[in-house]
Amino acid sequence: MDITSPTFKANARVALADGQLQKALGNVRAGFIDKRRKAVDALPEFEELRDRARDIKNHALEHLDLYLETYEAKVLSSGGTVHWAETAGQARDIILDICRKADARTVTKGKSMITEEIGLNDFLEKNGIRPVETDLGEYIIQLRGEHPSHIIAPAVHLNKEQVEADFRRVHDHLPDHRDLSEPEALLGEARRVLRSQYFEADVGITGANFLVAETGTSIIVTNEGNGDLTQVLPRVHVVVASIEKIVPTLEDVSQILRVLARSATGQEMSVYTTLSTGPRRKGDVDGPDEYHVVLLDNGRSSMLGTEFQDMLRCIRCGACMNHCPVYHAVGGHAYGWVYPGPMGAVLTPSLIGVDKGGHLPNASTFCGRCESVCPMRIPLPKMMRHWREREFERGLNPATQRFGLGLWAFFARRPRLYRLAAALGIPVLSLLGGRKRRFAWLPFAGGWTRHRELPAPESRTFMQQWRDREAVARQAGR
Amino acid sequence: MSARDTILGKVRSSLHAGANDQTRRKAVEERLKKAAPGVVPARGKLPSAQRVALFSEMAGKLSASVEHVRKAADVPKAVTEYLRGRNLPSAVRMGADPRLAAMPWGKQRALELRPGPSDGDDEAGVSHATAAIAETGTLVMTSGAENPTTINFLPEHHIVVVDAADIEGDLETVLARIRKAYGKGRMPRTVNLISGPSRSGDIEQKIILGAHGPRALHIIVVGG
Repeated sequence: MDITSPTFKANARVALADGQLQKALGNVRAGFIDKRRKAVDALPEFEELRDRARDIKNHALEHLDLYLETYEAKVLSSGGTVHWAETAGQARDIILDICRKADARTVTKGKSMITEEIGLNDFLEKNGIRPVETDLGEYIIQLRGEHPSHIIAPAVHLNKEQVEADFRRVHDHLPDHRDLSEPEALLGEARRVLRSQYFEADVGITGANFLVAETGTSIIVTNEGNGDLTQVLPRVHVVVASIEKIVPTLEDVSQILRVLARSATGQEMSVYTTLSTGPRRKGDVDGPDEYHVVLLDNGRSSMLGTEFQDMLRCIRCGACMNHCPVYHAVGGHAYGWVYPGPMGAVLTPSLIGVDKGGHLPNASTFCGRCESVCPMRIPLPKMMRHWREREFERGLNPATQRFGLGLWAFFARRPRLYRLAAALGIPVLSLLGGRKRRFAWLPFAGGWTRHRELPAPESRTFMQQWRDREAVARQAGR
Repeated sequence: MSARDTILGKVRSSLHAGANDQTRRKAVEERLKKAAPGVVPARGKLPSAQRVALFSEMAGKLSASVEHVRKAADVPKAVTEYLRGRNLPSAVRMGADPRLAAMPWGKQRALELRPGPSDGDDEAGVSHATAAIAETGTLVMTSGAENPTTINFLPEHHIVVVDAADIEGDLETVLARIRKAYGKGRMPRTVNLISGPSRSGDIEQKIILGAHGPRALHIIVVGG
């Protein structure tokens, strides 16, 4: 997909002025936060489980090479095939090759962010293979030629009227009088259309929430059941997963499952958690004849051992974006690539480069809500700060910003000068603030004052007030 | 160099593995061998009698319907009545599970039993669960000719029979049972953990039942 992260600011401006989008984003604020809160409150052990989940992934990452080898051996021994892909391009070629060998014309797909990351749908189409998204949200955005705006609710940027219009446009068998005004009717229509696709498909492609080293098992977690139909009906099942999805044992998965659904949708368990190990076995009456796993690196191995390693703990629950004021304001598409919100702000520069994704770590108020709800305790704000530092080091931010920071740094490194300048400047600003004690306009700060007034400083500096307090305290102590 | 070796090589060098490789290998071996359970919520550790009640309550909260019968022989009648109560055709898709096969289906004269995997045209399917989890109201299904996976997803109504004695407290206990049955490090082809009927919230966050899987999940608990 085209990367528009470099124009984040312009994207955000368009998003803020989009009435439909703003209405739809109201559902994010209203829905996810409450549901998560209730689910978390109902489980006294939740915080302890978060610690466990973090430790499990840390251990798995520290031993990733060894667990990958164990996992591969287990997949092979259960009759599956493992393919390794360093880059998105390699992964696409491997998948195309599997599809060609299966003489595939139609491929059904379960919801998978990793296939978005590698741009699989466009690639398959260009090569004469029809990919059919089967998750309701993914199906809707495929009809619209869009990309997901949220990692677990891909069509969260849309209202039901928009979905109805798309269905009427594409499903040309629909009579005009058919009522499609409610989500129930829309879902019924999608269910009917997709049923035949599951049977028609030659290959089913899913992602994976976890890969279990102990058993060579891939796991998907879904609510609709589309992922299961995608993998049980076609002759060939392809799992596409990035290398950091590995967890050591089934017990470790159980721990993480308890925090995953609660953080994502506020459910205790998603409806379907499916553990798949190899292809159809002797005596089986259904299931795929072939089971392939495509293990993708695409930049992850370079994040290991750096200050961004913690990001590889991410289990893609979406809690960070559900609680992010910036995501609430602009939605997912403004972020300009596959992963939006705080997790996207950290991951995107890692995967496509800080030169292209550098705006994203700046799109944060550092309010810290993302870190406070992250089930894997990923220090997202801290990592966004790391990216800001790298951006500065590489001279990627605009000259005015660099000049401002340089000026501030000059004073900040000379405390005496800083205090003197503050002691001289603050009374002046305080005076200029007038009776309202606010500025409606300031030179060099038009970006701020265009939308709100800047409070004028009090008449004395912090250091002066602090000295006074200390003096009073000393006297009282005596 | 193959992509495999390149990736593993990059991972190793990023992790500075090498010097301490023996320690790392030992840590991995031990963890895989022990497969130690972690934190199990108090709710998942109830005694057997309370487990059945908690399972029924949790499954009910997930919009599944739950009924209790005294013995296995009562199941066919319960199935017939479920279908009749919802004006469904008197036919069910069913696998070759010996526990189901031993039930007196012949007494339900009007009920048609369709053997084998689902072809997508079944209104109702009957499966026997391997186990269930009280903590979350979850059913545990394992693949095979006994209970084909397609029956879990294609019929509009999924009727699942579970023995009260198979209702465990937590997922960990169930996984340990599967490990014992299949051997360490081995698994059935598919294990489906099912918590309520299929649903979607993809349009305006409104939860609707019956997305691609069953619209209704009916659980028959035997004994207990």
